[in-house]
Amino acid sequence: MELLRLATAGSVDDGKSTLIGRLLYDSKSIFQDQLQAIEETSKARGAEGVDLALLTDGLRAEREQGITIDVAHRYFATPRRKFIIGDTPGHIQYTRNMVTGASTADLTIVLVDARHGVIEQSRRHTFIASLLRIPHIVVAINKMDLVGWSKDVFETIRKDFSDFATKLDVTDLTFIPMSALLGDNVVDRSENMDWYEGSTLLHHLEEVHISSDRNLKDVRFPVQYVIRPQTEDNPDYRGYAGTIAGGVMKPGDDIVALPSGFTSKIKSIDTADGPLEEAFPPMAVTICLDDDIDISRGDMLCRPNNQPIVGQDIQAMVCWMSEVSSLHPRSMLALKHTTKWVRTMVKDLQYRLDINTLHRDEEATELKLNEIGRVTLRTTQPLFHDTYARNRLTGSFILVDETTNVTVAAGMIIDNN
Amino acid sequence: MIYQLSDVRALESEAIHIIREVAAEFERPVMLFSGGKDSILMLHLAIKAFAPAKVPFPIMHVDTGHNFPEVIEYRDRRVSETGVRLIVASVQEAIDKGLVTEESGPRASRNGLQTAALLEAIEEHRFDALFGGARRDEEKARAKERVYSFRDEFGQWDPKGQRPELWNLYNGRHNIGEHFRVFPISNWTELDVWHYIRDENIDIPGVYMAHKRMVFERDGMWLADTPFITRMEGEELEERLVRFRTIGDATCTGAVDSPADTIDKVIEEVGATRITERGATRADDRRTEAAMEDRKKEGYF
Repeated sequence: MELLRLATAGSVDDGKSTLIGRLLYDSKSIFQDQLQAIEETSKARGAEGVDLALLTDGLRAEREQGITIDVAHRYFATPRRKFIIGDTPGHIQYTRNMVTGASTADLTIVLVDARHGVIEQSRRHTFIASLLRIPHIVVAINKMDLVGWSKDVFETIRKDFSDFATKLDVTDLTFIPMSALLGDNVVDRSENMDWYEGSTLLHHLEEVHISSDRNLKDVRFPVQYVIRPQTEDNPDYRGYAGTIAGGVMKPGDDIVALPSGFTSKIKSIDTADGPLEEAFPPMAVTICLDDDIDISRGDMLCRPNNQPIVGQDIQAMVCWMSEVSSLHPRSMLALKHTTKWVRTMVKDLQYRLDINTLHRDEEATELKLNEIGRVTLRTTQPLFHDTYARNRLTGSFILVDETTNVTVAAGMIIDNN
Repeated sequence: MIYQLSDVRALESEAIHIIREVAAEFERPVMLFSGGKDSILMLHLAIKAFAPAKVPFPIMHVDTGHNFPEVIEYRDRRVSETGVRLIVASVQEAIDKGLVTEESGPRASRNGLQTAALLEAIEEHRFDALFGGARRDEEKARAKERVYSFRDEFGQWDPKGQRPELWNLYNGRHNIGEHFRVFPISNWTELDVWHYIRDENIDIPGVYMAHKRMVFERDGMWLADTPFITRMEGEELEERLVRFRTIGDATCTGAVDSPADTIDKVIEEVGATRITERGATRADDRRTEAAMEDRKKEGYF
């Protein structure tokens, strides 16, 4: 069974929590005691019927304010797939949570209220999904019951949305008309929209092809931990533990270690269950080499004829996530890339992007909370990196404030040109 | 060749990555070990993460003193098999030192007192990272917690001030006195845990399987007859065929009626059940609607 990581985003009123509640409820992933608890709460609040949105409102503060304040994780499975939902709130001040949820997602659902059509927020979500390169986007056109199940409304929204999305880097866009409240086209086919011939949401989630989304071409192995038992049984064992970030590795393959440039061959790919014939992302393995060369955490193994970019000058899109500080040229920050920490200077802020209009403000002098811009960085040591478009794991980094230790930005590396 | 990991193997790799990352970046990590299935699974993953070398950190049992004997026996056996170092943080000692006051009455529980013993041990051993076996599917406050959960010098969790967690780039930077709780199996569900225990043939305490036990009913749960709990009027003992879905302090962990005496039967039962494991068997989460959230903010697991 495959694992699909799914990010949902939406504003307070467009029915996202109801949609997730419906997905869990109709796929029979809700337990009796959970249902009983929300039935009681719904009744106490004077709601008619069961408010499925309550299923995902976890924290007391959220229940009090009736909003979702942070990334929440939900799990459900069907016979075909296991799903992890990263549920992120949609109000403007929480762009950073949306970026967080999007960073590991295979697919995202952007909710659109059929009565309102494509609004700023839908654009913002879609832009973030494309920036974070979520491979698959589903546009859930919700509340179709409130527009008389109208095909024309659906088609108009679809066209508006597609026009906007062509300006972005979006590979797979799917539109589904639905009513999360009534359950139409979430798990069960709608009887009210005969004109729609596509999949229901759940069917799409089960069938969408995700296995080709990972990079299997470029071997990238960031060394995470050196395993040296130094015991009687294993006096000389030296293995490099890590998680494969790209490519397929096999015993006998030539490799080069960065930054030293020493070459060797893979002797074995070990796991606690025995050696492997081949290994691929995202497997956590231990690599042993034919030669005893000096390799430590933060180094990277790759193929001699296919190496990442090695450099200290990094061009990137960053999303700033701190309420208390902002990004300025000359800022000094800690940077984590793969398994390596370095320090970095912000050399230049080229522009700040208005994520609603995609306008580039080249006069901008800082990035504040939830703002996205293009920067030039100069790191204290070279990073072994790829562009984010080529590999999400070797093309991403975080920035950390050296005084507060708080993660203040997410970065995605782009071409140097 | 299809280069696709199964769901459970993808979760295994994610957990091993997290465990190695902590071992590499923290100075004094420790793994919390209760003898419950989640901590057993976590220790199993730690052993796999560093094989053929030993696990490079100790495990710690926060001991309420109200244990099922089978679980302590299991703990000690596992320690001698794996060669891992065991630290016991004792709630009884915290009570004896006067750090905490024991609740009284038939509903008394030491579950809340674990926090004091835990924080005391963190300070004494200067731990900077504590692995916990919490899963996000267990409870709604846990669903919102990061894999690396930052705790201030009082061990407190601030749900609104959590650090963003992106890709697999974990940020464990902290000042002296602060620490992290790290949850490598955050994304596993109860069923994933059971499938993995079966697939990996992991030894677990017998109390997870159906067995005959003297129990009495309280709040719709079967509580075991133990020396640590006083029955109230009308709470009559009876022998039933039961098993435990979670294992915690014996005074607040309930058993469920079950004939499931093999792992396959347990999986079948868990797959078909309509009640969450904490809803069914943990009195400590029922005290108020936001019970877990409140305890976490105060430094609970």
